[in-house]
Amino acid sequence: MSDVARTTEVAAVDSPASVQPKRAARSSSRPMIDRYKWYEIAGLYLGIAVFLFFVLAPFIEGFLVSLKPLSQLFSTPYSFIPKNGSFDAYFTMWQSVPALGMHIFNSFFISTVVTLIVVAIVVPAAYAFARFNFVGSGLLLGAFLAVNMFSGAVLLIPLFRLMRAMGLLNTYWAMIVPGAAFLIPSSIWLLRTYMMRIPRELDEAAWVDGASRLYTLRRVILPLAMPGIVVVAIMTFIGAYAQQFIFALTFNSKTEFMPLPVGLFAFFGKQEVQWNELMAASFVGILPVMIVIVFLQRYLVAGLTAGAVKQ
Amino acid sequence: MTSTRSATLFALALLAPALIYILTIVAYPLFDTIVLSFTNASLRQEYDFVGWANYQRIFGAGNFTEVIIRTFIWTFFSVSMKMIIGMCGAVLLNAAIPGQTLFRILTMPPWIVPMAIGIFMWGWMYNGQFGMISGLLQNFGLTNGPIAFLAYGNTAFWATIVTDVWIGVPMVTIYFLAAMQSIPKDLYEAAWTDGAGRFYRFRRITLPLMVPAIITMSLLSLIATFNSFDIIWILTQGGPSGSTTTMIIDTYKTAMGSRKYGEGAARAVVISIFVTIFCLVYFRAVRKLQQGEAK
Repeated sequence: MSDVARTTEVAAVDSPASVQPKRAARSSSRPMIDRYKWYEIAGLYLGIAVFLFFVLAPFIEGFLVSLKPLSQLFSTPYSFIPKNGSFDAYFTMWQSVPALGMHIFNSFFISTVVTLIVVAIVVPAAYAFARFNFVGSGLLLGAFLAVNMFSGAVLLIPLFRLMRAMGLLNTYWAMIVPGAAFLIPSSIWLLRTYMMRIPRELDEAAWVDGASRLYTLRRVILPLAMPGIVVVAIMTFIGAYAQQFIFALTFNSKTEFMPLPVGLFAFFGKQEVQWNELMAASFVGILPVMIVIVFLQRYLVAGLTAGAVKQ
Repeated sequence: MTSTRSATLFALALLAPALIYILTIVAYPLFDTIVLSFTNASLRQEYDFVGWANYQRIFGAGNFTEVIIRTFIWTFFSVSMKMIIGMCGAVLLNAAIPGQTLFRILTMPPWIVPMAIGIFMWGWMYNGQFGMISGLLQNFGLTNGPIAFLAYGNTAFWATIVTDVWIGVPMVTIYFLAAMQSIPKDLYEAAWTDGAGRFYRFRRITLPLMVPAIITMSLLSLIATFNSFDIIWILTQGGPSGSTTTMIIDTYKTAMGSRKYGEGAARAVVISIFVTIFCLVYFRAVRKLQQGEAK
């Protein structure tokens, strides 16, 4: 509520549309203030190297592990670089855990359905909050945001009973329904912020021309809000993909419905943990999101800064 | 067009799906938790109301207070490290040097990949015999023997914190970076013209103007960290001998491990009370910051 002005402003800075011209303007007017001495540059790169090492070390290690044969993994002394490494694990893993392909599909399937549900629910709600100042709207929005502060883990017991009562345990829905619930509030906030930047005059013009409210929403607002809706959809998909664990762990015990993060536990079931295959499978699961980051980096930043009210 | 009755009805109709969804999946369970906390519910269908017995039991046993204190210490260290590392990261990524965009992209993976997968990788890194951290420390001769980080209470406690920090840092960094970039450039230029050095400009311009972002992020991070489950569950399941058992883990074990729903619900209620307090502080802080900005 009160957060609006600031978040809007921060979001505006990095929203896809405004980034380009701003950056150009800045670099042309940038005087010597940003010129660094050689040792400052060296220090900066060193700092960035240390920082990125912390961030990326698990991925580097994970990737190297996926290349090492098991015999080398379980040998001392430790060697960071794989000797006679190979991509074998990427082929054998499909035999070790036959359901692996299914798990990856499930991960995508669950995230996709969650995204569809969230977008369908969030678009009208965000429009209502962006345009109508009905009694209690501020309070209601606050209540939505407060919901976000409670994690699924706290509500696990009643959710478990609820899922059991609805007969959803051990189905896809047991993971989809609660998963979507906790992504709705932040998405409403994000899209509302975006919709408030669409000039009100457009609605009013349509209204004056005799368009119904629903028609205005469908034909005037929706097309203009599309970029915002895309950001919300991306953020929701990534959130749903990244956070699927606790509901999948607790509400589903059927192998055929398990998403990847829970399915990976199958690699622990063997006599010795197949770490190289576990890491190889993890990388296959990570790859799609890595590609997403590279192409949609700017949307992610916009989404994060506007949606930071949530997390 | 905004204040008429039909407008209100239309708005409520638009809100209805979201409202019904959240009321069923979040609000009702929250209410149900409170009700259950006064019962002896378990796997059996029927249960009786037992008054405050669950609360008396958990607070009487002694180790619950210990769990609360541990949760706060864990959360405190995790949040402060996220803020400090996130701020360092933002400063570094804000520097106008070649490679900037690439570095920003490379910061994001921990936040975007499935959390469980990142945690599995940390689990391997912490392995004493064959993991990277212990292995490299030995290779460089910094330790004599292998260190199994997750096998001892003390190291496991810190190991779980480091992993939590790792997952939280990208988001904090990007948020701080965005806040940093929204500071007007002329402030820096004016200070620069007056001969202010880089460090002085950071201390006197950047930091003060970042205070709202730092407060907002600390509180959001506090709430998220307090609720953190996946990391500890995958790495240690609260062990060894309870040294990483935070309130969430404790609740999960009581409810899903021992199937004591009533007692688990009582523990969940205590968590909810803390979360509500944090939430109120957060909303208040945001409103204060807004007013401060408006002046």
